[in-house]
Amino acid sequence: MNRPKARLVTRPGSIRKVPTGIQGLDEITGGGLPAGRPTLVCGGPGCGKTLLAMEFLVRGATEFGEPGVFIAFEESARDLADNVRSLGFDLDRLVSEKRIAIDYVRIERSEIEETGEYDLDGLFVRIEHAIDTVGAKRVVLDTVEALFGGLPNENILRAELRRLFRWLKDRGMTAVITAERGDGTLSRHGLEEFVADCVVVLDHRISEQVSTRRLRVVKYRGSLHGNNEYPFLIGARGLSVLPVTSMGLDHKASGRRVSSGLPRLDAMLGGKGYYRGSSILVTGSPGTGKTSIAAAFAEAACRRGERCLMFVYEESASQIARNMRSIGIDLERWVDKGLLAIRATRPTLHGLEGHLVAIHDEVQRFEPSAVVIDPITNLTLVRNEWELKPLLMRLIDFLKTRQVTALFTSLTSGGDSLEESQVGVSSLMDAWLLLRNIESNGERNRTFYVLKARGLAHSNQVSEFVLSDKGIDLVEPYLGADQVLTGTARVVQEAHDRAAAARRAQDHEAAVLQLTGRRKAIAAQLAALEAELDVEDRKLAAMVREAAAQRKAAAGDRRAVADLRHGKRPSNGRKEGKGR
Amino acid sequence: MVKAARSGAKTGLEKAARERAQARYVLRLYVAGLTPRSTRAIQNIRAICEEHLAGRYELEVVDIYQQPTLAEGEQIIAAPTLVKRLPLPLRRFIGDMSNTDRILVGLDLRKV
Repeated sequence: MNRPKARLVTRPGSIRKVPTGIQGLDEITGGGLPAGRPTLVCGGPGCGKTLLAMEFLVRGATEFGEPGVFIAFEESARDLADNVRSLGFDLDRLVSEKRIAIDYVRIERSEIEETGEYDLDGLFVRIEHAIDTVGAKRVVLDTVEALFGGLPNENILRAELRRLFRWLKDRGMTAVITAERGDGTLSRHGLEEFVADCVVVLDHRISEQVSTRRLRVVKYRGSLHGNNEYPFLIGARGLSVLPVTSMGLDHKASGRRVSSGLPRLDAMLGGKGYYRGSSILVTGSPGTGKTSIAAAFAEAACRRGERCLMFVYEESASQIARNMRSIGIDLERWVDKGLLAIRATRPTLHGLEGHLVAIHDEVQRFEPSAVVIDPITNLTLVRNEWELKPLLMRLIDFLKTRQVTALFTSLTSGGDSLEESQVGVSSLMDAWLLLRNIESNGERNRTFYVLKARGLAHSNQVSEFVLSDKGIDLVEPYLGADQVLTGTARVVQEAHDRAAAARRAQDHEAAVLQLTGRRKAIAAQLAALEAELDVEDRKLAAMVREAAAQRKAAAGDRRAVADLRHGKRPSNGRKEGKGR
Repeated sequence: MVKAARSGAKTGLEKAARERAQARYVLRLYVAGLTPRSTRAIQNIRAICEEHLAGRYELEVVDIYQQPTLAEGEQIIAAPTLVKRLPLPLRRFIGDMSNTDRILVGLDLRKV
């Protein structure tokens, strides 16, 4: 169990404090209750006064080595032990180990007759005896006002109570005195005038049929304390107060990144996923796949060997595990390994504050590095939206200071002003993923985009979000000139495009072929012409040669004729006129 | 006594009164130390017992400072406290026992 050990504030001049060990209360009071002084805890019936007082004692005895005395005016020791066993406190053992002493002071008004002056020395003796038995440092008087009903003389009683509280103070006892809340006063019998050092008021309110417990430190002499009303819860391990304003915006921003579990989404978020310790909002109308994104995120955390805590308010743990298995995410495996815890509750189990306290409590115990809350909108079932914001802010601050990456899903009503309806919480979020259904062409398709991501160079791409038994896939939709196509329309359009491309390719090939053919033809023509030219050249050369030969021959003939004319016979004896 | 004579008409009541008149009283007075108030209480109750219960009462004085566990067991809150253990019903008287009338009524030694 991880309980933050309360710091004892021991600044010079400030009063010494004693940690109560009650989760959150020590933070609000800056270290606990004033040491050696009485504290008044008032509240209506059933608001947890006795439990607070008892936890103060038990924690003191078990965790801080301060034995305690419980003076019960309303319940017997037996009843008390039975009542607090449900909180895991074993009173019987503590009593037998002499770490706690319980004395049940029973007063029967009908048995008592007043016959003159008296004092409450009987009570003093009993308290002193109990203190001495266990060496107590802490004393609880629960509820001392029962004396007013049991003893007839209020003047004596008031004087004696004043003396009692002073006496406890003198003995250095850190005391918790519980009192019923009165009309317009803190306690019905004005005990606050005696116990002036520290007053805590508990409150139990019902709003919209859901109860919320709240705690407020009305007064703390000599110490700073939180002034707000803090919700608290009586859980299986005692009280938990949500120390909401003890947080500020001073958490460290981590530069480390964690995967969203979806590689494509990581890419859309600048390549590496979310920032560690950031808060992510996933919004969408019903059936857009919010839980799937959350489950993918949870699984990714577990894969890294980190712990993840899921709070689901719509499905049971086994149902969510089954449903996620259908898209290939095996959550049970991680639950078995102890890395994943799924806490499924109905939103109406507690008020909103109660849920936050429960979340707070679980986170402190489980120490996850990732938290999923699915969906936060269900928490508003019991609360107005404007009230959700401050509480959510406190939760986010709390998670951030612990460097827990938190993913919240939020259901939108499917109206057209998605962004507007989320303004309340979205400003608190570091990243906002929007899931949308697009209905067209006789089908409904999921689309997805990153609406904002602080500090991340995120993509502005609208993706189609496809869920199948192989898992979650983010597909680029068909982005036409005037529309975005998804689903089968995208597939059809893509087929169209492919066919067109093929056709274009064919056309191109044909054109190329044609052109090459023509080029070849021209080249062939060219070759033919060249050959012709060659022939012509040759012819020409031959003609030139022949002409020359003829000329020569003619000249020779002429000479021969001349010779003949000069009476010379041709030497070859050829007849005249047959030589050519 | 006038009142007793008047109720004598009813025999049942008379019988009960007679039984009571013979009943043994077991009384315990718890005081816190020997303060003047304690002393006063002891003196007062002794006087009442001697006067009204002579010979049929046991009176034990307990100092709760000496025996704090007795205070717890007997559910003592105020001091002094006189506890009438017998006859039943159990009765407690707180104070210095100076209001004799009330004690007598409470011990059923006098009708209201």
